[in-house]
Amino acid sequence: MIAVIDYGVGNLFSLRSSLRSLGLEAAVTADPAAIRAADRVILPGVGAFGDAMARLNESGLAPVIRAEAARKPLLGICLGMQLLFDKSCEYGEHAGLGLVPGQVCPLAADLADPALKVPQIGWNALRILRPDPLFRYLRQGEYVYYVHSYYAKHCAESTLAVSDYSIPVTGAVRSGLAWGTQFHPEKSGDAGLRILQAFAEL
Amino acid sequence: MITKRIIPCLDVRNGRVVKGVNFEGVRDVADPVEMARMYNAAGADELVFYDITASFEGRALFTDILTRVAQEVFIPLTVGGGINTLADFDRVLKCGADKVSVNSGALRDPALIPAAAERYGSQCVVLSADVKRVGGQFRVFARGGREDTGRDALEWIAWCAEHGAGEVCLNSIDTDGVRRGFDLEMLDAVAARVRVPIIASGGAGKKEDFLELFRHKGIDAGLAAGIFHQKLLSIRELKEYLAKNGVEMRL
Repeated sequence: MIAVIDYGVGNLFSLRSSLRSLGLEAAVTADPAAIRAADRVILPGVGAFGDAMARLNESGLAPVIRAEAARKPLLGICLGMQLLFDKSCEYGEHAGLGLVPGQVCPLAADLADPALKVPQIGWNALRILRPDPLFRYLRQGEYVYYVHSYYAKHCAESTLAVSDYSIPVTGAVRSGLAWGTQFHPEKSGDAGLRILQAFAEL
Repeated sequence: MITKRIIPCLDVRNGRVVKGVNFEGVRDVADPVEMARMYNAAGADELVFYDITASFEGRALFTDILTRVAQEVFIPLTVGGGINTLADFDRVLKCGADKVSVNSGALRDPALIPAAAERYGSQCVVLSADVKRVGGQFRVFARGGREDTGRDALEWIAWCAEHGAGEVCLNSIDTDGVRRGFDLEMLDAVAARVRVPIIASGGAGKKEDFLELFRHKGIDAGLAAGIFHQKLLSIRELKEYLAKNGVEMRL
């Protein structure tokens, strides 16, 4: 069973539907007991880092996620991936879950081509740097769907894949049992479904 | 690199997909769920659904269709038509929409744009504008292109982009349904004013029109309805043609 953490951030309809379409059992939950009982955990999220982290702290879910990430596969998606890092500089500095070394910074400030738009909205090729079981069903260079204004950096050691947006933008990371994707697998068509399938088999 | 996007648009009335010519003379095409499935398989990068029903029953039918599509098609879904309040945003987001397109609702109440961006994030808010030339000026039209608001289109679009619209979809009334190409003059004028992604709509008749569109800087996506629905142009064929001509495409 996959526990999809529901902490009031973002729309979980597509994620739930995509897992269901793969025949995977998933529970959307904020209950620590259900998260502890699950085989694996997904941390979704859309919105602002500081607000999301505050919700995880106030609800007491942050320590639960940290503890469970040492024992079973965890997948952070989009903002959920960003929350895995040490800290973010989105509207001030905020501490993250600290499961992946690195930090989350504004994309606009670092782009080599200032004519590129922020947020990055759309499909970009995923360049796999390091083979990983998460990419078991994925070919090199398949397209995935991004929507984001911030990105993870200073995380070369945990970066599994990048997408080029005039600079290499961190697309997928892994540290121990914590995986994260900046893109939305649940919105990335067939390629995204194959990533979710691989996660369910980790 | 990021790709340009090809987006079929499904205008839904009473549970069926229809497409007008110059916004008039609507004609029935097909079942929206079936079409969504087909476009997804053909490589559409995104789908846009416009609810053009006025009745309560029609609206319920629309949200039901949206839910069914979102349960099996895993690409971004944008929904528009009849979005006037935050409650309307809520209604379609709960049915699986990823982005919500606002047009007349924002003209009536511009505060809807910043309010929606604050609640759902600007990535969720698409400003849709129907633009037409009036006396040498680009004007915004309301109510499905029937009513001249007297408002300058460039000013309006720039204001919305600065106040929370994460993307703009520009429909040219002058070129819509005519199939002689996109309204590049209008699109260029907007691209020079805003930094958010621009979706071009109205006027696509053949694959060369899309190539010309994407040679213009600042245009991120091309949207069309009739030429896809009537199978005058297949999405797969279009994307292969564009890729062959140097446009980054997801194939």
